[in-house]
Amino acid sequence: MSNVTDATTGAGEPVPGENGTRTAKTENGPVMAADGRPLKQTLRRTLRREKMRALLLIAPLLIFVVVTFIVPILSMLFRSVENDIVQDTMPETVQALQAWDEQGTEPPGDEVFVPLYFDLFKASEAKEHTKLGSRLNYEQPGLSSMFRGTGRDLDDMGEEFQDVFEEIDPAFETAAFWHELLSGAGGEALLKERRNLYEALTGEEMRGDVGFTPSTEMAEMLPWTTKAYTDFAIWTAIEEEDVVAEEEPWEAVYAGLGQDLRSPDTVAAIEAYSGPWSTTLKAAAENRDQLPQDSFREMFVASDKDWGSLKAWRTISLYSPPITAGYFLNSVDLTKTVDGIEARPETQQIYLTLFQRTLIMSLIITGSCILLGYPVAWLLANLPLRTANVLMILVLLPFWTSLLVRTSAWKVLLQQQGVINEILVWLGFVDDANRLILMNNATGTVIAMTHILLPFMILPLYSVMKTVPPSYLRAAKSLGATNWTAFWRVYFPQSVPGIGAGSILVFILSIGYYITPEIVGGTSGVFISNRIAYHISSSLNWGLAAALGSILLIVVLALYWCYDRIVGIDNVKLGG
Amino acid sequence: MKLTTTLLTSTALTVAAGVAAHAQDMANDMTFVSWGGAYQASQQNAYAEPYKEMHPEVSIVWDESSNEAVAKLRAMNEAGNITWDLVDVVAADAMRLCDEGLAMEIDHDEVLADAPDGTEASDDFGDLIVSDCFIPQIVYSTTFGYRTDMVPEGVEAPNDICDVWDTETYPGKRSLEKRPINNMEWALLCDGVAKDEVYDVLATDEGQQRALDKLDEIKDDVIWWSAGADTPQLLADGEVFMGSTYNGRLFSAIVEQDQPIAMMWDAQVFDLDGWIVPAGLPEDRLARVMDFLHFATDTQRLADQAAYISYGPARESSAPMVGKHAELGIDMAPHMPTDPNNAKNTFLYNYEFWADYRDDIDAKFQAWLAQ
Repeated sequence: MSNVTDATTGAGEPVPGENGTRTAKTENGPVMAADGRPLKQTLRRTLRREKMRALLLIAPLLIFVVVTFIVPILSMLFRSVENDIVQDTMPETVQALQAWDEQGTEPPGDEVFVPLYFDLFKASEAKEHTKLGSRLNYEQPGLSSMFRGTGRDLDDMGEEFQDVFEEIDPAFETAAFWHELLSGAGGEALLKERRNLYEALTGEEMRGDVGFTPSTEMAEMLPWTTKAYTDFAIWTAIEEEDVVAEEEPWEAVYAGLGQDLRSPDTVAAIEAYSGPWSTTLKAAAENRDQLPQDSFREMFVASDKDWGSLKAWRTISLYSPPITAGYFLNSVDLTKTVDGIEARPETQQIYLTLFQRTLIMSLIITGSCILLGYPVAWLLANLPLRTANVLMILVLLPFWTSLLVRTSAWKVLLQQQGVINEILVWLGFVDDANRLILMNNATGTVIAMTHILLPFMILPLYSVMKTVPPSYLRAAKSLGATNWTAFWRVYFPQSVPGIGAGSILVFILSIGYYITPEIVGGTSGVFISNRIAYHISSSLNWGLAAALGSILLIVVLALYWCYDRIVGIDNVKLGG
Repeated sequence: MKLTTTLLTSTALTVAAGVAAHAQDMANDMTFVSWGGAYQASQQNAYAEPYKEMHPEVSIVWDESSNEAVAKLRAMNEAGNITWDLVDVVAADAMRLCDEGLAMEIDHDEVLADAPDGTEASDDFGDLIVSDCFIPQIVYSTTFGYRTDMVPEGVEAPNDICDVWDTETYPGKRSLEKRPINNMEWALLCDGVAKDEVYDVLATDEGQQRALDKLDEIKDDVIWWSAGADTPQLLADGEVFMGSTYNGRLFSAIVEQDQPIAMMWDAQVFDLDGWIVPAGLPEDRLARVMDFLHFATDTQRLADQAAYISYGPARESSAPMVGKHAELGIDMAPHMPTDPNNAKNTFLYNYEFWADYRDDIDAKFQAWLAQ
């Protein structure tokens, strides 16, 4: 290939000895191919075609890798910053919260609690409020049961209004009253807006005919009532597949009317109103002092006193943006507060320790793999083929055995009543009362993982050593080198690429290990991956797990880059 | 609540239809998720095999994934493809699944059979229905076992939870579960906190620190386990003098494998295990699952299960029907955690508390472990 390129770039003299160039050279023009086109162009076209063909050939594999590997990993990593659940579950609350001063000393008042009631009511019908509770509970304990418990009380809060209204006029009990009162023209935009909010909330498409269009007049006069009824209508028609006009509305609709009647503007508007059901509405407005007088805030605090706590609201407010750095902060033992980023309390700091431990222990494991693997690889490379093959089987045999079996076998060997301790006690090296503690600590992890990862060191070493001609050593010795000098000055430098390859393999594998540390590591021998596994499968805090995983990935890439800068990646050989 | 009522009615209708209708309305393949081992075997023997005899067209596949059921169900739900029909989980996980909307809410009276005397299912199960999605099967307990041959001479066998902390009288290692739940409560009990105040104390930072300080006293003597089989193994090997685990595991080590181990029931922590139905099953599969549930959780079936494993049936009406071990022929009642002799001093796991504080206390616990 390089020959051809030379020919095309060489604008001046033709290179002597150039082969296969059917070129005609004009005095000043470009080099031409046989068909009269510039050679450069032809070549480029040919190369491009070649490349396309090669790409097509690997396309199935490439698509497979992208779809099944890269996309899921990226989407998992994206969870480390994703936080739209708060906004999706309580959109109007989050909006109202923007006006609240989180640095202040007072929790928000009804300007936040009123939208909160309607947001939560809707979410609890869709069974989404407990998800939000679990999400926020990662940041502050107690919020999970606050959302779950209050979710149960929302009906009762609305019923207090409902009972009064139904006493004022039995018409409030009928489905037709609400449907006729609130339907009308011009509310398509509101309907669409509520539909979109539902789609964000449930993550499902809310298509289909609702059988109800809110009237703009009502949306202005009774804003909360109309919004709540529209939500009810969408849910009833699309999710429950019932006829809206025949269903008694949610308790939230009554609460909405109650809230609307608290505004003097609404009362005045009702007095001026003369449309359908005006007498019923007027009766309600006249008797509004019979309605519950508690603010929504008081009702929420009665349901769970934490709603009145400044701390809870600060947490909600801090975690309301759709993108958060909170998970990443958590994974380096920091935390977000209203005053900025702070260190977590010392009793909760764990991740930096674990990252550090993972790196240090992986280095130790890599080091012991080199120490143990080098002589074995040397033997393999230098013994007669027949013996070497037997030895090779011994290296590969554990490689083919299940990881769990090997780790459990180490358990049998290492435990205090295990084989190694028994032999040492029997030989009298160790006192029966002071048996060695070889597992459930860092020692256990290092021993078991060194054994498990050893083949990954031996195999690349072996394949590199195999290519070092034995005559080099003999030559060195014949020139007067001692055994050590011959090895150290002649043989060892040539085996370095094998050490490099083996070290990268072992180190990167061990950084992500978690089964072996889990089984033999006890408490001082577990890695960061064990915490990632815990957050994935047990605590369900996938955001934190993703953040920890991203950091681990970045650390590995950074180390790889350092390795490339210091040793050079060209120096790594997996085989001859 | 409107939705719930509708949901429940539709569930009820499906069930009613399911019971009355013909087999072709129901799917014939079911995938159950359970814990494997002796426990899953007891479910197979007591529920699944008899059901298959009644309905030869049904085939059941078992998946031993209960350990990570919550995470897997969540992943299935996100992928939009639920492959499981019935999942066996502990009560705390059932609550999480219900909170996450991954498990279906059940009307227990509609779906489950009445007791033989006509008591409604919800009364028969009583307080054990800790979540709307949860159908209890068994009561198990986390309790201690100890090596009888390692009790020092002239000393009474351990019979108090605080003997776990008494390493002078009872030398040797202990094995405890590598998570705060149960350990924190026991630590506070032995630090002089009254039983009914434990969770109030544990809800405070000082209380959590107090529990960790108490655990610190024996930290060097503890081997931490994460799988239920670890403690019986450690006891059998003589690695530890005493350790906590599920009572059924100890039963099988003591009675079925004849190991020199005895139970110490003091301050055993009751917990529940049961079924949940994943949310979003197609109608034919749901109908089959409901039909199976109606059968598998009736009074007789729950009592039958106790012939294979020493966990107490969750129905009150099943208790008097608990008989003998299916193979060994010994009386099962004295081995049940609920037996009056064993249940002199018990502790009830507080689900609500741990749902709130689990992540927070776990962070502190793990940080303490890593120190």
